[in-house]
Amino acid sequence: MSDPVVSVRGLRKAYGSVEAVRGIDLDVGRGEVFAFLGPNGAGKTTTTEILEGYRQRSAGEVSVLGIDPARPTREWRSRIGIVLQASQPDRYLTVRETVAEYAGFYPSPRPVEETIDQVGLSDSAGKRAGKLSGGQQRRLDVALALVGDPELIFLDEPTTGFDPSARRNSWQMIGALRDLGKTVFLTTHFMDEAQALADRVAIIRDGEIVAEGDPAELGGRDARSFIRFSLPAGVGLGDLPVTAREDGSRVVIAVERPVKPLAELTNWALERGHELADLEVERPTLEDVYLELTEEAQS
Amino acid sequence: MSTVRLAGQQIRYATISYLRNPPAVFFGLLLPVLFLLIFAAVFGSGTVEGYGGIKQSAYYVPGLIALGIVSTTFVNLALGLVVLRENRVLKRLRGTPLPAPAFIAGRVATAVGMAVALTVVLLLVGRVLYGVDIPGATLPGLILALMVGAAAFCCLGVAFSTLVPNEDAGPAVVNAAVLPLYFISGVFFPTDKAPAWLNDIADVFPVKHLANALLKAFDPRTTGAGIAWGDLGIVAGWGALGLVAAVLTFRWTPKGE
Repeated sequence: MSDPVVSVRGLRKAYGSVEAVRGIDLDVGRGEVFAFLGPNGAGKTTTTEILEGYRQRSAGEVSVLGIDPARPTREWRSRIGIVLQASQPDRYLTVRETVAEYAGFYPSPRPVEETIDQVGLSDSAGKRAGKLSGGQQRRLDVALALVGDPELIFLDEPTTGFDPSARRNSWQMIGALRDLGKTVFLTTHFMDEAQALADRVAIIRDGEIVAEGDPAELGGRDARSFIRFSLPAGVGLGDLPVTAREDGSRVVIAVERPVKPLAELTNWALERGHELADLEVERPTLEDVYLELTEEAQS
Repeated sequence: MSTVRLAGQQIRYATISYLRNPPAVFFGLLLPVLFLLIFAAVFGSGTVEGYGGIKQSAYYVPGLIALGIVSTTFVNLALGLVVLRENRVLKRLRGTPLPAPAFIAGRVATAVGMAVALTVVLLLVGRVLYGVDIPGATLPGLILALMVGAAAFCCLGVAFSTLVPNEDAGPAVVNAAVLPLYFISGVFFPTDKAPAWLNDIADVFPVKHLANALLKAFDPRTTGAGIAWGDLGIVAGWGALGLVAAVLTFRWTPKGE
């Protein structure tokens, strides 16, 4: 990758004898929306907070905007925006006051009102932060990360605890960050969120990256299809023209290219006058791939 | 913005935030005034035995100024910083280009400003309602005690915030530290008749020495500028201890983060 904004090699982090992050490599390119996906406790927040300069690593090489975050500088801090997983603003200041306060920290901030408008809080700009709903507080958090006009924005589980409509709104907002040309480093444990937002996804499990790539191709997802149907009465698996296995009450044929086996199957059924009840062809969802990858340890 | 201008900006927002926080305003600013009104109204007409014939109401003014300095600096910072730390406001700020000295200076200057404002209000209430003269010749002693006390108790407040484990424990832990000291330090009533061992304990801590230094400016026997060097030295020593502890132990994040 040319000009990576985030570059990580062999990153490790141990808490006492427990190794939370066990040698991961990551690259995030400029202008990319990158989703870091994994179950709770997999090492997402630890990794993110090392990149943000909050935690010290045990081993490995890390570069964020060309700087080692273990030695953050004021200039570097002005180029990144951070939305923490759980933080509340000063509850007695209004939305407008809080955004204006943060704008003052940066050398070339974005206009305050425009930033408030961008996160959809214009109607609440005069409200005290302590009186905002959970979703609105999160938007204010995003506004505070945006107002310094950073190149890179970290969003740690930005929609956890949201109702579905608040999540949709947030997705639109994050999509708008991409349009501003920002690089976004997003952590989430929602597959649909990664699928809706990310250009690239890495899945972390037990401190190791188990898959990485375009969400459409992850885990060979694009290269696999499943043909499912119910066996006609009096027909066994061995009678079928293609190799199939039982899958619950139906049978399934896993193939890379479904057209030829599907034609063979339907020709065979037509010739013999069988009906193929519940016939369908599907690709695994990102969720299937994710569950497969993250639950391997348990099964 | 430069660090100095950012400190000014922080004073502005810290002041707004403080004045909109009802418990902070009540316990920090109103209660010392309320105490002065009540004490002086109930006990104010007599004189205090053994203090050169000082009026009761004139004894309460410096005592409650001492209480006010502790409540606007030590209590305010110890509680306020815990709330900001546990809600991850401090962590959030740490992730911005705001320099740490600008943030701390802003909070400390705000607390000192509150202490000065409260002192002026207590002096005026004492003068207008109870005829307690504002110190003239001993004004330097009063001002020095106010500044040394406010600075020292700011340092102690920042240091103490790291001892408070979480937001819920804040008021209990902070009050457990200051309330007994108020009672044994002559803030509410003279303690010269208290048992020697109790006075020995009070002598170790800075509240009594701050109260003594402030009282000196009101004591009819005082001559000269009214500066209690010995007491202020002990208060400053505690402040220095607090400063070192604050620098060594201050946390921007909740424990474990």
